Amino acid sequence: MAWFRKEKKPKEAVEKVAIPEGLWVKCDDCKEIVYRKEVEQNFNVCPKCNYHFRLTARERFEILFDDGKYKEFAGDIRSGDPLEFRDTKRYRDRLKVYELRVGKGDAVLCAEGKLDGISVVVCAMEYAFMGGSMGSVVGEKITIAAERALEKKEPLLIVSTSGGARMQEGILSLMQMAKISAALARLAEARLPYVSILTDPTTGGVTASYAMLGDLNIAEPKALIGFAGPRVIEQTIRQTLPEGFQRAEFLVEHGMVDLITPRSEMKPALARFLRMFTGKKREAAS
Amino acid sequence: MSLDPAQFEEPINQLRRQIEEATAAEKDPAQLVALQAELTKVADEIFGNLTPWQKTLVARHPQRPYTLDFISYLFEEWTEIHGDRKFSDDPAIVAGFARFRGAPCAIIGHQKGRNTKEKIYRNFGQPRPEGFRKALRVMKLAEKFNLPIFTFIDTQGAYPGLGAEERGQAEAIAVNLREMAMLSVPVIVIVIGEGGSGGALALGVGDRVFMLEHAVYSVISPEGCAAILWKNPSAAAEAAAAMRITAIDLKRLNIIDDIVPEPNGGAHADPARAAELLAPYLEKALKELQKLKPAALPEERYKKFRKMGVFEKG
Repeated sequence: MAWFRKEKKPKEAVEKVAIPEGLWVKCDDCKEIVYRKEVEQNFNVCPKCNYHFRLTARERFEILFDDGKYKEFAGDIRSGDPLEFRDTKRYRDRLKVYELRVGKGDAVLCAEGKLDGISVVVCAMEYAFMGGSMGSVVGEKITIAAERALEKKEPLLIVSTSGGARMQEGILSLMQMAKISAALARLAEARLPYVSILTDPTTGGVTASYAMLGDLNIAEPKALIGFAGPRVIEQTIRQTLPEGFQRAEFLVEHGMVDLITPRSEMKPALARFLRMFTGKKREAAS
Repeated sequence: MSLDPAQFEEPINQLRRQIEEATAAEKDPAQLVALQAELTKVADEIFGNLTPWQKTLVARHPQRPYTLDFISYLFEEWTEIHGDRKFSDDPAIVAGFARFRGAPCAIIGHQKGRNTKEKIYRNFGQPRPEGFRKALRVMKLAEKFNLPIFTFIDTQGAYPGLGAEERGQAEAIAVNLREMAMLSVPVIVIVIGEGGSGGALALGVGDRVFMLEHAVYSVISPEGCAAILWKNPSAAAEAAAAMRITAIDLKRLNIIDDIVPEPNGGAHADPARAAELLAPYLEKALKELQKLKPAALPEERYKKFRKMGVFEKG
């Protein structure tokens, strides 16, 4: 499960959180210095190059839910360090650092509310929390969300951004793939829509489970999406990878993603599909 | 960090050579019996105290019985079928139908190669999307004809290649996880060697999951974990210990149902005996599962996997 960017990327995201004081922000992609307010008003997309900045889970909720209003649930679940894992640092200590820096929600937040008047359950992953890695907590929260959607007969949306399974929870992380996929199977059986939204990056065990199982798999432009990480593949095949490999556009070309939707059009697109899938009228009821 | 199991197996191999020589020289039978007893004792001692990394090497042992070996020992009328009907066949996964104790069943398993030519043909037991899709096709056939499914897990992981990515490695695994969860026939899973990551789990969503005593099952290979977390692939032994990848660990974590004992000196010391030791577990599981109604199977399977995970509240 390749989430070897973990060590670098979370820092970037954390720096990003620290920047809001500043008036200007440097685009991660085109390196242009752009006016922060302009970026924010543009759904956190670079006005120069259309680069989609990573969003926190709550920023995602703000965009998707009507009037930015939503209710979070399953927020009281924490990792228990079942393996008493230790690499160069104790997992328990790493968790504490991330909880302080990012929040206590581990790598996913769950919420419910209205999207264009339609009641939905949404899970949004938090890349800044250990590279969005999936351990027992992520598995449990997403499963609870799927079960809630099933119980309330509502569509489920999962916004993924993750390096994959969390190694520090070993086999338990792997089993979350099976657990979530089984919960999604029940949702499918009940003919409730599940839309997977893939954002940069979505790799490893997350791609190889719920992120690829959407009735619709919708990606943000240029998002890195794959199973194995590019470095692992390069080492295996001993060749440089082609330009654009494992980007959202590549996945559309190869038939693995249904469509690419820019962030500014994500909510209307979702509303359109959900209305059609649930037999609702064109206009919002409210 | 040695990659060769011969390092800790040497005392066993030495005794085996002595026994061979003694037999060839037609020495005193009493001496032979004594040597045999010594061999059993030494092998028990070594294999009873393997470190997680040593277990990884045993699980990858070049003489370890593979899926097709277990099939030849335990099943009759084995007939392999090929291909995913979409793109190609994948020899890293074998799939087909056979009889277990006279009753028809489906069998799917990862397959490694023994010599260089076979290893390349089997892609070192690392499946591409076609392998997973073939596996699912056979599972669906089994469901259609109400046959139980046995899966044998033995892979380092799904193949991380360019073509595999292009053809949807992640999607193929994901779909198997979802579809296996809903199968209305018994699914019995046996981790016989290496259970590596999503490529293993794609055959691993079963009603019963067994693990051979010296098999390993993990979210990533020890080398992979070491490269990422320790930034040093040669920390694999440490990573193997930290990730809790042995059968005893997985039993304690409630991931597997039972540990299947291996013969003295490991499954590779006596593959036929290894199969013999596995048989009663399969018989018992099948008997129990066949008592359940088809609709109860996915229900029970959901409950089983639903419970997996360790977390705290508050």
